[in-house]
Amino acid sequence: MLVTSALITGLALGSMYGLLALGFYVTYAVSSTVNFAQGSSMMLGAVFAYTLAVTFGWPFVPAALVALALCALYGVIVERVAVRPFARRGSSAWLMATVALGIVADNAVLFTFGKEPRGFPMLHGSIQVAGINVSWLQIAIPVVGLALAAGLHVFSRRTSYGKAMLAVVQNADAARLMGINVPLAIMLAYAASTMFAGAAGIMIAPLFNVHSDMGTLFGLKAFAVAILGGITSAWGVMIAGLIFGLTESLITALLGSAYTQILSFALVIVALAVMPNGLFGRAEVKKV
Amino acid sequence: MKYLIAALALVLGATAVHAQTIKIGLVTALSGQSARAGEAITRGLAVAIDEINASGGVLGRKLELIRRDDEATPAKGVIAARELLFKEKVAVLFGGLDTPVSLAIVPIVNQEKIVFVGPWAAGTPITKNGAKDNYVFRVSAVDEIVNRAMLQYSQKTFNAKNCGMILVNNPWGESNEKGLIAALNAKGMKPAGIEKFEGNDIDVVPQLTRLKAAGADCLFLVGNVGPSAQVVKSLDRMGWKPPIVSHWGPAGGRFTELAGPSAPSVHFVQTYSFFGKQTPVGAKVLKALMAKYSDIKGPGDVTPAVGVANAYDAMMLTALAIRNAGSTDGPKVRDGFYKIGRYEGLIKTYDKPFTPEVHDAVTENDYVWTQFIDNQILPVGMKK
Repeated sequence: MLVTSALITGLALGSMYGLLALGFYVTYAVSSTVNFAQGSSMMLGAVFAYTLAVTFGWPFVPAALVALALCALYGVIVERVAVRPFARRGSSAWLMATVALGIVADNAVLFTFGKEPRGFPMLHGSIQVAGINVSWLQIAIPVVGLALAAGLHVFSRRTSYGKAMLAVVQNADAARLMGINVPLAIMLAYAASTMFAGAAGIMIAPLFNVHSDMGTLFGLKAFAVAILGGITSAWGVMIAGLIFGLTESLITALLGSAYTQILSFALVIVALAVMPNGLFGRAEVKKV
Repeated sequence: MKYLIAALALVLGATAVHAQTIKIGLVTALSGQSARAGEAITRGLAVAIDEINASGGVLGRKLELIRRDDEATPAKGVIAARELLFKEKVAVLFGGLDTPVSLAIVPIVNQEKIVFVGPWAAGTPITKNGAKDNYVFRVSAVDEIVNRAMLQYSQKTFNAKNCGMILVNNPWGESNEKGLIAALNAKGMKPAGIEKFEGNDIDVVPQLTRLKAAGADCLFLVGNVGPSAQVVKSLDRMGWKPPIVSHWGPAGGRFTELAGPSAPSVHFVQTYSFFGKQTPVGAKVLKALMAKYSDIKGPGDVTPAVGVANAYDAMMLTALAIRNAGSTDGPKVRDGFYKIGRYEGLIKTYDKPFTPEVHDAVTENDYVWTQFIDNQILPVGMKK
């Protein structure tokens, strides 16, 4: 029972990490840049959904869809304001600029949404799995997470827009010469990145509570997951997310909570020492 | 020119009156998860100060409250405390909800010989800080005493024999771990298990599953509002409904909204409830609160009541100490606390509450056990 319950918890948590880490992957793949404040994007998803569904009383599905659209818009702003001006000059200042924009977003929410954490209404209903109560949400989270990862895979391999993005990944200059709008592809990648984070925020809100700094720790862990998975592989980061979530909850269940953070992050270091490109990443080839 | 001189005289006069006030400092959370607690402490102090000022003040001077936000962060609390001590020159400093913040301020006040009064934070080492010259007093619950009361309540009310601990992973959780182990040891008992969780943990099921597997028949819970709500929601997901005996963390915010329908299952300690029959002091304070704050229409709106009640009594006892001292000089005010005799307060009638050995005015006999019913904190079993 101990292990089964830890597996269920770990799968849900791991999917969340994976979704946030997918956001890192999708922008890194296209532009070699990331939004370091992915945790803030996750928080915005939860705050937008709470405001629309609870404060304005919208039904959940339209509220979630509009919240995701707003997250995509935020992604476009991140790219235009905090990434493009610096990346164009060959500067790495986008790194700090994305963190700064995340802090601005956190504080803007603190002042507008309020200082107190709010409770997202819990979705009721559960089933028994191996003698353990499992809520529908705990099942839905990994399913949606894996479905989004699969969707991203299909989009990039089967659609012309996806192929255009892959072309940008391989050679931005050649892609530009072939008529592909490279800046647009990068902007769309950022929109997708913040949408993934927003989806994670919306799904986690009923299990957690909604407040302005709810994404901070998640963002940090997701970055560790992205590096662990090898940031160049979509499935890699998703699977690394699941591995990280499962490791965390199994350590807690079997050894006790005192060891969770120490051992899970120590294992990340060991894994990266043995496989420097991550569990599923490819070594970068540099032509000299 | 005449008008200018008159205006200058007026300003100088106002400054002189201002300089005559006795400044009372407050460092507490005024934003973030503990903001409501900070507001409750403010209200308790403000009502007491109004009452004292209306009857002529202390040593012929009015009291003036100066607040600073510590954002529940020790580093920010220390900066705020230094500003109040050195720039504002407060006569007495009050603390807030968070034990880590109060623990960070304690060495400064002991070094500067300014009295620090705790109206909420319950960490045992705040008053038992080991300093030779101890300037820290408290009118609030104390972890080690609350821990004995938690064990006693679990046995008496739930006939519990094998309780497990689920504690937030910070100095407050550690303080309670020690206190609960000591309370259990004193009765020849051991905990079913001891589990910690982070304030930002989303799922506490693994920790709770360990306690369930260890045969826990009740849970001792220690955590503030958000973390406590996470424990309740995790229990709901597990479908496990053990009795939950908690420290007073859930009292500081929107616990019912955060924890969901199982919020009433948490029984937590308080030092006072404005529900039920009130003493004359209770009735007077409630009336004053309703007159001063438009959002208070009845006892249910005085929330968290513990912050208001503790702060009110703490301010009244502090005024007595300054009167006894005949001065606002730190060491004299400290000795003034030891000279307080009988005082009919809100929580109880105090009788020589402080001595050089005892810096805590509230004992285990003064606690009230409560639960959230809707959004109100009611004594356990009392219907609205």
